[in-house]
Amino acid sequence: MCTTCGCGSDGATIHPHHHDHTNDHPHDHHHHDHDHSHPHGHVHGATVVTLPPEARLIHIEQDLLARNDRQAAINRATLAGLGVLGLNLVSSPGSGKTTLLVNTIEQLAGQVPVAVIEGDQQTERDADRIRATGAPAIQVNTGKGCHLDARMVAQALPELPLPRGSLLMIENVGNLVCPAAFDLGEAHKVVIFSVTEGEDKPLKYPDMFQAADLMLLSKCDLLPYLTFDPEEAEAHARRVNPRLHILRVSATTGEGMPAWLDWLREARQPLCANP
Amino acid sequence: MHELSLAHQMVELIESAAQTEGFNRARVVHLEVGRLSCVEPQALATAFEAASQGTCAEGAELALHVIDAEGACAACGQHQALETLYDECQSCGQLPLKVLTGTQLRVLDLEVE
Repeated sequence: MCTTCGCGSDGATIHPHHHDHTNDHPHDHHHHDHDHSHPHGHVHGATVVTLPPEARLIHIEQDLLARNDRQAAINRATLAGLGVLGLNLVSSPGSGKTTLLVNTIEQLAGQVPVAVIEGDQQTERDADRIRATGAPAIQVNTGKGCHLDARMVAQALPELPLPRGSLLMIENVGNLVCPAAFDLGEAHKVVIFSVTEGEDKPLKYPDMFQAADLMLLSKCDLLPYLTFDPEEAEAHARRVNPRLHILRVSATTGEGMPAWLDWLREARQPLCANP
Repeated sequence: MHELSLAHQMVELIESAAQTEGFNRARVVHLEVGRLSCVEPQALATAFEAASQGTCAEGAELALHVIDAEGACAACGQHQALETLYDECQSCGQLPLKVLTGTQLRVLDLEVE
């Protein structure tokens, strides 16, 4: 604590003051500024006891995710108003999301317009892969961020053509933990789980599997070369989320792709009708 | 590390309360954290310390109130403590239990001056 004027680390905040005096004293610590003036006049040499400002309690009662949830609700209403099916694709890194997405866009070409928001910490590589199919894509780089949030999606929406009946695919940052907590305003979360991972992943990361409506078991063409047991993986996923719809797919061989495309067409059906 | 963006949300919330309630500094932030919320309390405390630098919440103590999780069985109505999101009902084996509490992440009160 400053023994001259009484300010210091005891919770008190002292304001810049000017007064004439001749006894120079070191006074080189930082005083917080504020902009109201106040009368004071203290005398050095006297003992001045400064009581800390009185604390008071303010009730807040606010969910930390409330702001994100409000933005997500706006996004959801916007997409519903436009007649666009928004999907939030989530998975670990390397599950094959982008390959699956490219393949999906190619198969829907000429039938269903698809626009894409790509979330990655860095690079435009995934958006470039999507744009190579002819579909519009916005890359959102989250920097150090580990997930997309609803505000990022809201900022990307006006940049994309979203005709009635189209699909908006939001490819989240590869991460099974954080994106589970952040609603983006999607109609469904789709979790992609590749057979090169462990069967017990749904038990290890239950939040994401519980939040999803559809699980795509991807890279199924590799099953003959692996010890991965798809029944066991699906049982774990259903234990966490009994209503989870599950499809086995391979973007490489095309296995399961018709069922996935049917699921997409069915999910977008209610949105296609004119309002 | 979504704890960092949650910490930023918390600082935004405190700064906006500082404006509406007219206080200069938050001393203690009381935060309710459910055991099944996807947050690591220590990571959140560290992130809060970083996110609050230069704001009215700088140096504030983060008082964490950890809330145990509880679920209810849709089939038999049994209430029980939850260790995971997919605990079985101890009475009838029905899965999963509806989570009644334990996933919250909520700023309760601020002690301010």
